Amino acid sequence: MLHPVPGSTGAAPPLLSLEDFTVAFAQGAGRTRVVHGIDLTLQRGEALGIVGESGCGKSVTWLAALRLLGKRAVTTGRVLLNGRDLSGFSERELADVRGGRIGLIFQDPTSCLNPILRIGTQIGEALRLHRGLTGKAAEREALRLLDRVGIADAPRRLRQHAHELSGGMNQRVMIAIALAGEPDVLVADEPTTALDATIQAQILDLIRDIRRDTGMGLVLISHDLGVIADLCDRVAVMYAGRVVETAATQDLLGSPRHPYTRGLLAALPSLEGPRVRLTPVGGTVPSPDAMPPGCAFAPRCAYAEAHCGNGIPVLQPAGTGHLSACRRLDALMGEWQRQAAREAGRHDPVVQDLDWPNRDRQRELSA
Amino acid sequence: MTPLLNVRDLACRYRVTGKRGETHWLHAVDGVNFTLDAGRTLGVVGESGCGKSTTAKLVLGLQPASRGRITFAGEPVSATRDSHWRAMRRRMQMVHQDPLAALDRRLTVGEQVIEPLIIHGLKGGPQTPRERALALFDAVGLRAAMFERYPHELSGGQRQRVVLARALVLDPELVVCDEPISALDVSVAAQVINLLQDLQGRFGMAYLFISHDLKVVRQIADEVAVMYLGRIVEQGAPDDLFHTPAHPYTEALVSAIPTVGQRDRKRIVLAGDPPNPVDRPAGCAFHPRCPRATAICRSEVPPLRPVAEGRLAACHLVPAVSARSAAA
Repeated sequence: MLHPVPGSTGAAPPLLSLEDFTVAFAQGAGRTRVVHGIDLTLQRGEALGIVGESGCGKSVTWLAALRLLGKRAVTTGRVLLNGRDLSGFSERELADVRGGRIGLIFQDPTSCLNPILRIGTQIGEALRLHRGLTGKAAEREALRLLDRVGIADAPRRLRQHAHELSGGMNQRVMIAIALAGEPDVLVADEPTTALDATIQAQILDLIRDIRRDTGMGLVLISHDLGVIADLCDRVAVMYAGRVVETAATQDLLGSPRHPYTRGLLAALPSLEGPRVRLTPVGGTVPSPDAMPPGCAFAPRCAYAEAHCGNGIPVLQPAGTGHLSACRRLDALMGEWQRQAAREAGRHDPVVQDLDWPNRDRQRELSA
Repeated sequence: MTPLLNVRDLACRYRVTGKRGETHWLHAVDGVNFTLDAGRTLGVVGESGCGKSTTAKLVLGLQPASRGRITFAGEPVSATRDSHWRAMRRRMQMVHQDPLAALDRRLTVGEQVIEPLIIHGLKGGPQTPRERALALFDAVGLRAAMFERYPHELSGGQRQRVVLARALVLDPELVVCDEPISALDVSVAAQVINLLQDLQGRFGMAYLFISHDLKVVRQIADEVAVMYLGRIVEQGAPDDLFHTPAHPYTEALVSAIPTVGQRDRKRIVLAGDPPNPVDRPAGCAFHPRCPRATAICRSEVPPLRPVAEGRLAACHLVPAVSARSAAA
């Protein structure tokens, strides 16, 4: 297994990338498009968070990319794993990718495990399919994996069934099964949402430890910005089937550059600081078959102007490695900076984003 | 002033049959005491299986307690479904987690908000039931045009507003909210939290607010009780309790919450799962997971006692203060 060296990933193709990827569902005679052309890359060993509210397409994107949604889901665009397009793969080749190169874990571990098979059988199946291990070798490896995911008394657990284990333990088993194929990347779809707070903390720590030991990449899909902030290097915020903002985690949370991201952060209650009234985002997420024209967020956006309804905003540079899809980006960034400066108590024109001068240059380069 | 709700030594146990047909007792709630004043909000937090939802059902008289006493506005609450029970149910209402499951899919939401008025025979009065329901629609921020819609035609946030309107149409003094925010998206959850606060300011009912989400409870509660395995282990004002937790369990629970702000905060990760309430550990129920447990924790049950002004904790390791100085 490769350990990533910081800064050495520049030349190599990204481990996983989505290019102009769309997903539509056949509905009667027509199709309803739910993911509208997204571009995402994951470098080797990177942890990418996908955040968004229900119905924004965050799970569907990754399930469709691995062709797990059946025939009703129609995709266009490319899904590249180490530069090879998965859409050209046969079902058999794809089966090796799923669970082999790309491990998957989901929200409800107990319903993901087969209720009538022993835990050991289910881990053994993954070991046989992806590593060709059987018999004693498979059992030794299964014991090692259970130990790795922090399950005590592994020999007894191998003989048990999912209903005999708690939710947290079942999620550990799911992670063990995902690790059985020694994947390059783990796609975790709301892995801790069904778990209690103290168990969630255990699972987040476990995923962090495994990544440190193996260099495994991570795509973490969650509605919880706290969970994303905990594990991810970079975050993509999705809204109504599009990526509206992406940046390094600290940048995104510290200086969000899209009104939706700012809205999400303002709507979150906090444990720290003074107790202030929450600022909710008005309205609700549009349904995929009733998308507003132009920017999908405009009807709920406090900063929207008439021209936001004309044409879909594209992602544009808003800082180093920071992209935001907002038609009013220029005006708003100035406004937010002045506001931040006022709140900091010093209206100093020198206090401005150091990335800002680079932005126009980046835009010229990308043009 | 007598509190609106007074709960003393409340317990509820269920009979569980073991693998060999033997009888075990599952102590879902095991000696809970609290009071709630009119117009105030008590938040109850804890992990699944800690007994918080059972407490809610007992308080509303939806199921009988095995021990203890509940008084609501000075009158005892029982689970016997007689006229007294029905009269009392009018004054205490409930809001559930999943609004779609709480609504009848075959009735328009307007009919469902009117229904409690008809059940309780409140058709008279200055307003017709329809006018009364429409006034509630307005109060919870639903347009009158929504009145004839069915639940599936509304969004999750709108449905939860309907459930709130239905709970408030009888003008209750107590609303028990069991995870009312958990099924909602972040941006909509904030709308409903603000709405709950506004409605309390306007109508003055008390909330017993049950949630696993500490951040939401801190936002809305005047006082917080932390439950673990059927008992309250710590109780106090939200900011005090979450910023300087006294009980090791509260401390771990607070530190387990991933936050957007402090990334490098030290986290206390508890080993293992919460124990099975059928097989409750001796002594302090938290001791097998407690990083600071000592010999006494394994043998003696710590009582819930004052540990600082306005703060109660059930832990042998936290020095008690006398009730007199705590009250001073």
